Amino acid sequence: MATADGSGRWKIQEWYDQRIENIIAQLLRAGVLTAALVVIGGAIPYLSANPRARADYRTFHNELSELRTVSGIVHSAFSGNVLAIMQLGLLILIATPIARVVFSAFAFSREGDYMYVAFTLIVLAVLLYSLFGSFLIA
Amino acid sequence: MFVWHTVKLNVLEFTFLVWAGSLIAGFLGALTGLGGGVVLVPLLTIFFHVDLHYAIGASLVSVIATSSGSAATYVKEGFSNIRIGMFLEIATTFGALLGAYLTAKVPASAIAVIFGLMLMYSAYVSRRTRPRINGEQVPDPLATKLKMNGNFPDTSGIRQYNVYRVPAGFGVMFGAGALSGLLGIGSGALKVVAMDQAMKIPFKVSTTTSNFMIGVTAAASAGVYLSRGYIDPALSMPVMLGVLIGSLLGTRVLVKTQTKKLRLVFSLVIVVLGIEMLLKGFAGRF
Repeated sequence: MATADGSGRWKIQEWYDQRIENIIAQLLRAGVLTAALVVIGGAIPYLSANPRARADYRTFHNELSELRTVSGIVHSAFSGNVLAIMQLGLLILIATPIARVVFSAFAFSREGDYMYVAFTLIVLAVLLYSLFGSFLIA
Repeated sequence: MFVWHTVKLNVLEFTFLVWAGSLIAGFLGALTGLGGGVVLVPLLTIFFHVDLHYAIGASLVSVIATSSGSAATYVKEGFSNIRIGMFLEIATTFGALLGAYLTAKVPASAIAVIFGLMLMYSAYVSRRTRPRINGEQVPDPLATKLKMNGNFPDTSGIRQYNVYRVPAGFGVMFGAGALSGLLGIGSGALKVVAMDQAMKIPFKVSTTTSNFMIGVTAAASAGVYLSRGYIDPALSMPVMLGVLIGSLLGTRVLVKTQTKKLRLVFSLVIVVLGIEMLLKGFAGRF
């Protein structure tokens, strides 16, 4: 059972990890629940507005630009666009793993593990780039 | 195969049927441990004639929902290692970004063919019994440097484990991320290969860690999908709500049922869908 790294420190580290993961799991669940409620909040008026319209997703047509950027979604959702409200719910959903990464960065820095703070910030940069910057190339 | 060719669905019918289909996919996916995401894209494209890019977008969103929604269950059952997870997420998120960019460059038919192969592979991995080699190899010094080796409480006390072949695992994870971004799936099968086979991480640790990674990986391509317009709210709504409810029910039932037969049936369904995707892909009907 002996391993290259000593033993006492691990016990603390691993179970500390476990406690952090528990908190994160609750955060994620709250995020998903919020997202689902917002999506439902948009779905009800959407479905009751014109339930008999033809559903057609056979061909790809670009989504309206206000449904494709973070600021556009937030703006039109708050002005009452039902599609944008559903999209806002999906945006909250996409943001939950990002919140998890932010939380991990804090946890690592409290442990004084700056190597892992750096790794976490790299991951965070990729996520934020995807959400806010990818339209630069797309 | 039966398709909705001639059936003209209105918004209400379409939404309800997609919701019900996604619920069943999420339920079976959680129950069998194969994940519901892999069958969603074939379900939407083959049965509902949804454009491949919309299908991929809706599927990816539901992958985030199941990963985040079931995190609490996973943490209860296993022991995640946040260092292994975070380090490997560097590979999966860069891979996911690449994959998401490729969805616009690669022709839809080629994506369908890759999807078909991925389905067959998932079914194969789920049927195979995994050989486990214990402790003979030298632990990777890189794993020690990266503080990846860990332990967890077991029935026989505290079990220590070492992590092997970090670069190989990192490489496979990049591939898993790219496939996730290209196909809108969680690619749990490949993540398990990386952690289980290459890095020799114990099952109790790898499954929980992998579940956390799936959500972060999917979020990395979701932003690109969103700005490209692949995420349609009216389509993603029933998919996300269906898969979420289905998978939460599935994890509840999982504890009480014998899933061996069900796993076999679901793997067969996956193989059939895989063949269908391959054929349609080669025929250029996407």
